[in-house]
Amino acid sequence: MSLLTPDLGLLFWMLFSFGVVFFILAKFGFPIIVKMVEERKAFIDKSLEAAKQANERLAGIQQEGERILKHAREEEMRILKEAEEIRNKVIDEAKGQAGIEAGKLIEEAKSAIRKEKEMALRDLRNQMAILSIGIAEKVLRKSLDNQPAQRELVNQLVEEAQKN
Amino acid sequence: MKFFKHIILFTALFFASVVIVNAQDTEQHPAKKSDLNVTELILDHVGDAYDWHITTIDGHPVSIPLPVIVRGSNGVWHLFSSSRFEHGHAEYAGFSIAHEGKYKGKIVERNAAGEEVRPLDFSLTKNAFSLVMSSIVLIILIMSCAAWYKKRKVEEASPKGFIAMIEMLIMSIVDDVVKPCIGKNYARYTPYLLTVFFFIFFNNLLGIIPIFPGGANVTGNIAITCVLAICTFIIVNSFGTKEYWKEIFWPDVPMWLKVPIPIMPAIELVGVFTKPFALMIRLFANILAGHAIVLGLTCMIFLTVSLGAAMNTGMSVLSVVMTIFIDFVELLVAFIQAYVFTMLSAVFIGLSQIEAHHGKS
Repeated sequence: MSLLTPDLGLLFWMLFSFGVVFFILAKFGFPIIVKMVEERKAFIDKSLEAAKQANERLAGIQQEGERILKHAREEEMRILKEAEEIRNKVIDEAKGQAGIEAGKLIEEAKSAIRKEKEMALRDLRNQMAILSIGIAEKVLRKSLDNQPAQRELVNQLVEEAQKN
Repeated sequence: MKFFKHIILFTALFFASVVIVNAQDTEQHPAKKSDLNVTELILDHVGDAYDWHITTIDGHPVSIPLPVIVRGSNGVWHLFSSSRFEHGHAEYAGFSIAHEGKYKGKIVERNAAGEEVRPLDFSLTKNAFSLVMSSIVLIILIMSCAAWYKKRKVEEASPKGFIAMIEMLIMSIVDDVVKPCIGKNYARYTPYLLTVFFFIFFNNLLGIIPIFPGGANVTGNIAITCVLAICTFIIVNSFGTKEYWKEIFWPDVPMWLKVPIPIMPAIELVGVFTKPFALMIRLFANILAGHAIVLGLTCMIFLTVSLGAAMNTGMSVLSVVMTIFIDFVELLVAFIQAYVFTMLSAVFIGLSQIEAHHGKS
């Protein structure tokens, strides 16, 4: 049956056509495409890896930033605290100083007052003495006639003056 | 819903036309019976021819003449158009187309004794012409794809559309067939297997198209599948490892199976030839059968003319529906057979690449 017997002419043409197709495609066609696709695959894999690394690095940077921020905040707190402590100390010191100064001033004022007072007292006493002398003079002038009474009065006065 | 309406309308029109044609037929040619020889018709269509027959109008065949290249018994080469034969009715330069006998449908010449002999025939027949044409188109298609890749850098872009489809096919063959079947040396055989796949697939698809430039039963011709199988045979056996040959001539079986009568080596040696033979027959038979079924179903319309208008109409509808179905199946078969041929070739190549079994007792 002719269907099952390969025809020589067709065998030749098939060998020729398939040979040419095979030669051209196997040399210039498929290797280029397959190579390109495989390169692209490698490129995509590499890009994915790079993206992953970049992401990791970004996460690291973010963490680093957060760490720096935290540190800065802590530093700020610390500085603020220190500043407050210094302020308090300064204030305390100033207060102490002021207290001492005030004490001194008060003391001085007190001593001045005391001096003044003494001076005033002395003055007063002098005045009193002058006044009493004046009064005594007057009284004396009035009651010189009464000898015993006079004497008693003088004694009393002397006593009083002594007490004072 | 609109789609269904169209289908119903189309079916109704089809019924009507068939009935009208039938009515006319029975009126005009009441005596003419269907003298269709289906077997001959189918064999004629799936076989080879010296011209590309398209249709017959009013008894005049319309066909594309193809070049005839023959060498007569006197050693002279002849190149002439197949139209010289006038569709097999005329003789030219001593050559004619045999109508019966051993060389039916082939170019013959008469020798001195008056017997019909075959000259050396390298005519560009329908199959050969289709083959050359499809080869050129295939080269252009694949090379245009390759050119796209050549023009671009890897990181530039990935292809879209047709090139992406070709790439998908190529990579599915490489990744799913070639790599797993052959193993580590796959890269060396990839171009051959890809060429085989695309060659078969493209010619299968062309064969499904019923009119010129398709319709030739290229991959359903034994000469074509024979060359493909021989190519696989050569590649399998010329790149076989030492272990492969050892397993053929000195397999790992009990001694009495090898000496004194080499039963196993004989079986293995037969196997070497049956593998490509099976490849050849499988592709040939599948594609031939597909063409035969489509033609047979189409002939059903003409065979049932004598059974009356109603019967003919029913059978015509059935025939068209079945033909459409079988055409879809053939699309699938076109891919599957190309895939199977490639896969089995890869498997056979992979088997010839085996390494010595280590650690075997």
